Amino acid sequence: MSATTLSHGGNGSNGNHLDYLHSPKKYKGIFNWIFSTDHKKIGILYLISMLTFFSVGVIFGFLMRLELIAPGKTIMDPQTYNQIFTLHGVIMIFLFIIPGLPAVFGNFFLPIMIGAKDVAFPRLNLLSWWLFVIGGFVALISLFLPGGPADTGWTFYIPYSVRTTTNVIPALMAAFILGFSSILTGLNFITTIHRLRAPGMSWFKMPLFVWSLYATGWVQILATPVVGITLLLVAIERLFGVGIFDPALGGDPILYQHLFWIYSHPAVYIMILPAMGVISEIIPVFSRRTIFGYKFIAFSSMAIALFGSLVWAHHMFTVGMSGTAMWLFSLLTFLVAIPSAIKVFNWVATLYKGSIELEPPMLFALAFIFNFTIGGFTGLMQGALALNIHIHDTYFIVGHFHYVMFGGTGFGIFAALHHWFPKMFGRMYNKKVAKIAWLFLFIGFQLLYFPMFVMGYLGMPRRYYDYLPQFHPYNFISTVGSWILITGLIIMFTNLIVALRKGEKASANPWGGVTLEWTIPSPPTHENFEHIPVIEKEPYDYSHYELGEEVKN
Amino acid sequence: MNQIAEATVNTHVHRDDVGAKIGMWLFLFTELILFGGMFLAYAVYRFTYRDFFALASKELDVFVGLINTLVLLTSSLTMAMSITALRKGDKKLSLFFLSTTIFFAFLFLVNKYFEWSAKFEHGLFPGSNELLSLPRGEIIYFGLYYVMTGLHALHVIIGIVILVFMFVFVLKDKVNQDYYIMLENSGLYWHLVDIIWIFLFPLFYLIH
Repeated sequence: MSATTLSHGGNGSNGNHLDYLHSPKKYKGIFNWIFSTDHKKIGILYLISMLTFFSVGVIFGFLMRLELIAPGKTIMDPQTYNQIFTLHGVIMIFLFIIPGLPAVFGNFFLPIMIGAKDVAFPRLNLLSWWLFVIGGFVALISLFLPGGPADTGWTFYIPYSVRTTTNVIPALMAAFILGFSSILTGLNFITTIHRLRAPGMSWFKMPLFVWSLYATGWVQILATPVVGITLLLVAIERLFGVGIFDPALGGDPILYQHLFWIYSHPAVYIMILPAMGVISEIIPVFSRRTIFGYKFIAFSSMAIALFGSLVWAHHMFTVGMSGTAMWLFSLLTFLVAIPSAIKVFNWVATLYKGSIELEPPMLFALAFIFNFTIGGFTGLMQGALALNIHIHDTYFIVGHFHYVMFGGTGFGIFAALHHWFPKMFGRMYNKKVAKIAWLFLFIGFQLLYFPMFVMGYLGMPRRYYDYLPQFHPYNFISTVGSWILITGLIIMFTNLIVALRKGEKASANPWGGVTLEWTIPSPPTHENFEHIPVIEKEPYDYSHYELGEEVKN
Repeated sequence: MNQIAEATVNTHVHRDDVGAKIGMWLFLFTELILFGGMFLAYAVYRFTYRDFFALASKELDVFVGLINTLVLLTSSLTMAMSITALRKGDKKLSLFFLSTTIFFAFLFLVNKYFEWSAKFEHGLFPGSNELLSLPRGEIIYFGLYYVMTGLHALHVIIGIVILVFMFVFVLKDKVNQDYYIMLENSGLYWHLVDIIWIFLFPLFYLIH
């Protein structure tokens, strides 16, 4: 164990403190939750709201795939299709994958992992959640307004976004409010990490998930305001006809694209970095080895945050930038691959000669590495200028970012959920069912997204309602894959929901982890720690395991 | 059990002035970058429409802008004096300077109101036929002018709300000689509003 002064381990709510789910209540019923400033309860609130929005996004995705199962009209008309893919993108990006790991697991585990009782600004934390929910409703409300939801795609490109008659403004406002929520979370986490680390926890004794949240926090703070102001400007342009981006009024649509991607590219690192942090937590636990190259992983998070902020224009290689800008952004894009590869190498090196246990969290983590590697390499292909022209705006891109975002971050979220579920709720799920769900998810995922690389390479454009008959087989396989994937999702969530009520009581340390969260009861008490721990050892010290002492209890 | 319960509820209240200040500075970074996006747009369009910007800028009254600059700069001074007064334990003086700051903030807005309404009377507002008949460079200039000064004015209004709250807190001794971090952070915010204006003034009023 890395802490020495902890007085208890063991089951449930022992000693003087009740666990956080039953701690003293200020308000009754649901108000005890939605007005709670306890970081753990806020984490759970985020988990519930995020998974709700995720289900909506999955339904939209399912409908899109169903429409594309055969050429021509299958179940909806083209306009509906445009609106559905826009909502799918807005919901999945702004409501699921950006808040997914930092807001849910970061909130719950960041204070615990650094030995603190809460985040630095608990009330601000609650405000972030409220903004998140308000933003979510604003996004969904456009579904029911006359004119229907936006049909611009989640990128809101000018000039179409100021011309279309659909409800673009609710979508813009939603993204703006959600951005604000994200900024406040980042601000809160950075201050927490600077101020509330337990005695003895120096920067290089922090768990790697905390490092990744720190890097993410900086990207959230420094990049999000740019998209905030940009989307606000589009809304103002639509509302008042102020000339800013619209070329009819002298504006420059390419400037809009730059401003949009200055945030939205770093945003993909907001999405992937915490997932990388989760994988760095899971791999050492289930291979019973100290993580390989701790400092390299920690610094590569910061390097990804830094370089990732300088590559935005690789989304715009076909808009007609200067040649210098093109090769510079291409070069920088290749540079981001270095810190990402460092992480993958270090994970694999940690696995080497480890005592690997294929528990559900580990399976999801390995799937992450597999998917992320494919997603990463195909990303490099698009970073190459010549090839980019060929595959720009095709299904190749759709395949690439689903491999990184869903196969990477999505599986990272599932891995985190399975890893920390016993700690969060004090119950263990059925591991066998979880493994079956994983198999469905993994196979369904590959079937759904791999054909996209092929059809994209052959020239099928993205975002189209219809396609030529030669793309039919690929689309058919892809749609079947979506059914398998959704089956996996249903099995996984049913298993977890059943475990909430009927699962076996989980012990304080069911996996044999050595970071701080495994030294406190499951579920944690309201105050997390009875005594603030004093940290003396490295975060992933498995020397006791090599000496033959098992730490599970 | 009840005693323990009460103790548990209360222990979350902790005070960390340095942490509060770090949080405020991080927030100010985001504000700077928020305006930074618009300054970037300004830079690009000024480069594209150099002459039109100079031409359109003549519509603005340098004297009114100068008055507003002086008003805001002075308000930053009174803000700083209010904090110093409170730290030295002079609550009355602190309240006096705080109310002066709020007064200057209102003065700035009144001035801005007359400035905007004068433009509106000349038909120079977004979407007007008068404005649309101008060259594109000038349309963009006025677009940026309204958006940037408008957003700045919005920050002034938010600043006033914050300062009024501070006034009440100081009055009720919630913010006092030993616990003045909230007032200090509000001061930081007010200086930010000031410094953004210091960039807006030359970029819109003083170009030739």
